[in-house]
Amino acid sequence: MALRGRHLLSVEHLTIPEIELILDTARSFKEIGTRSIKKVPALRGKAVINIFFEPSTRTRSSFELAEKRLSADAVNFNVSFSSVTKGESLIDTGRNLQAMNPDLIVVRHSLAGAPELLATHCKGSCVINAGDGMHEHPTQALLDALTIREHKGRFEGLKVVIVGDIAHSRVARSDALLLTKMGAHVWVCGPPTLIPFHFEDYGVSVTYQMKEALEDADVVMLLRAQRERQQEVFYPSTKEYAILYGLNRQKMKWAKKDAIVMHPGPINRGIEIDPEMADGNYSVILEQVENGVATRMAVLYLLLGAGEDTGL
Amino acid sequence: MKLLFQAGTIVDPSQGWNKKGDLLIEDGKVARFGKLKRQKSWEIIDAKGLVIAPGFIDMHVHLREPGREDKETILTGCQAAAAGGFTGIACMPNTNPVNDSEALTLFILQRAKQADLVNVFPVGAVTKGSAGEELAEIGQMHRAGIVAVSDDGHPIQNHQLMRRALEYTKLFDIPVIDHCEDKILAAGGCMNESAVSTRMGVRGITPAAEELHVARDVMLSRSTGGRVHIAHVSLKESLDWIRIGKRQGAQVTCEVTPHHFTLTDRDIKDYDTNLKMSPPLREPEDVEAMLGGLSDGTIDCIASDHAPHTSLEKDTTFEEAANGIIGLETSIQLAWDRLVRKDVISIPRLVELCSVNPSRILRLDRGTLREGAIADITVIDPNREVTVDAGSFKSKSRNCPFNGWRLVGSPVMTVVAGRIVYTISHGLKVE
Repeated sequence: MALRGRHLLSVEHLTIPEIELILDTARSFKEIGTRSIKKVPALRGKAVINIFFEPSTRTRSSFELAEKRLSADAVNFNVSFSSVTKGESLIDTGRNLQAMNPDLIVVRHSLAGAPELLATHCKGSCVINAGDGMHEHPTQALLDALTIREHKGRFEGLKVVIVGDIAHSRVARSDALLLTKMGAHVWVCGPPTLIPFHFEDYGVSVTYQMKEALEDADVVMLLRAQRERQQEVFYPSTKEYAILYGLNRQKMKWAKKDAIVMHPGPINRGIEIDPEMADGNYSVILEQVENGVATRMAVLYLLLGAGEDTGL
Repeated sequence: MKLLFQAGTIVDPSQGWNKKGDLLIEDGKVARFGKLKRQKSWEIIDAKGLVIAPGFIDMHVHLREPGREDKETILTGCQAAAAGGFTGIACMPNTNPVNDSEALTLFILQRAKQADLVNVFPVGAVTKGSAGEELAEIGQMHRAGIVAVSDDGHPIQNHQLMRRALEYTKLFDIPVIDHCEDKILAAGGCMNESAVSTRMGVRGITPAAEELHVARDVMLSRSTGGRVHIAHVSLKESLDWIRIGKRQGAQVTCEVTPHHFTLTDRDIKDYDTNLKMSPPLREPEDVEAMLGGLSDGTIDCIASDHAPHTSLEKDTTFEEAANGIIGLETSIQLAWDRLVRKDVISIPRLVELCSVNPSRILRLDRGTLREGAIADITVIDPNREVTVDAGSFKSKSRNCPFNGWRLVGSPVMTVVAGRIVYTISHGLKVE
């Protein structure tokens, strides 16, 4: 079995069996990371270009490791030194990449829809969206799902709470879409200035109150607090945010005893999360990072290698 | 030179006409109406089954010359207008440089004269450079031929300045055309703020950004007695304010674009930048409200906001793309198919919206087929089916979201001052 689409641009179009396939594949790939020789020949001879128009260390490293563990030839297209900063259009950049005949392009961009535009203009390659503006971050949602499934064994009936700047978060959008699709009951919580318009349409519940959000929660997912965006200020101070929404031991008592704490990183210790919570038993934040590599391997493999004799 | 339209349906709300008959044009003027005996020397046009109306005027067009002649020139804009069934267009001043002077107004009129196709009515800037700081030399531009003032694209934020503009233009009896948008509320947004913008991950613009300025303009028009014309109304709430203003006797008029009565933000698929415009496409309830306003008389005109852009501005991400679409060559077809054929409005009401009212608002000696009037005429075939083909447009630009649409009802002939400038079978005619 493979994925229906050539690209992974959004979780919106993934079916439940496809999501399960990705998670199952990721689970089997996880073991490769524990071997002494962390490499399989699954994507030998495949060329992958990682092009990040936005600074990113973790996501890019995660993709690069995933590509290398599958023996793909990975090239990083460094935007800050490239012609992109000289005013080359996204479409021209895409056409140039296309001319090098890569099998797959991983793209991150600060504007929504950029990966889709690239996919339209790079007909020969698969495209993976590694985050586009405030739109989506599909592999993050998949790795989050994998982490949740490992701990809870299911999605059906789980109360998953996403706390923070929902409005500007592609992670919140992808997670809400994917986890709702898998049967979880997703809640989002944050100051009213950071809840996007009509977010209920995603089938999620919205609250401004941490108590209501955390009560009986199975999963607590925190987002990075960023006070200013495009010269606009959404809450009065970091201190006030930490008081209202920062996760600490006291607030965590509202959640279920076996609840897990997640964060897509990078974390602001002492702001959205108390150090004690970040490092404590509840936290699965570093497992998310580990699962990130396996999930990306799974997506790369399913888009490029599945169906062929890969000598796994 | 005499031209006879034989056995057409003459629709002229300025005289309450909607009747069959012959219309004779002589020396560029309307000569006679009735059952006329044809003479050999006359040019005869068989108008059976066709609607003959006073020339349609699109009072909101961007011609891009001077400055961005790669998008459109005054010539190509006039060609697109003639092909779209318009005998007159009012062109917005947001060119480069901005039309804020007598000299530039004269330049536009001269270029239009060289094009020699349709009437071009320049709109001057309200403020110098449309910078929103001090009034432009409106009197001198008026002397040169402007029919209105507007800072379209750079809406006036300073309320006191807007008030002064409304007062000062009373001297010339011209309207201030306002693109209603509060820039602070709209900052960073590039589509309507709704469930769709949330899902697309694109910053939305709160509808209040438009509504606030519509309400302001209604208040200022009422208190100053100045004439304000609200450009491209897109919200139900804006229409509510305009209704209140009209009831209170404010000198307020408004227009709607074909895209705001046919499309909603739900139609934005795959980040298609041909659906990005300002004001943005709104929600289904707003489209319903536009249809209501068209039928109940709240809306005075249909105007296209013809905004040509090249692929440089449109082949990019949604957020980076320029606002606007072209409309001169689809406007009447959309109005006929979506409004007349669906019984939203009558044929005389369409003529009122596209000819009589723009002419009245801009104080033009057009919009009528009265004896002796300048013979600007739009001829429409109510049954002609067209498939929109942007590739064949006379406009230089192709930013059109209606490409491929099948529409019934189309302009088939454009007559300016008694001269046929376009027919659907022979294209543009220049004698």
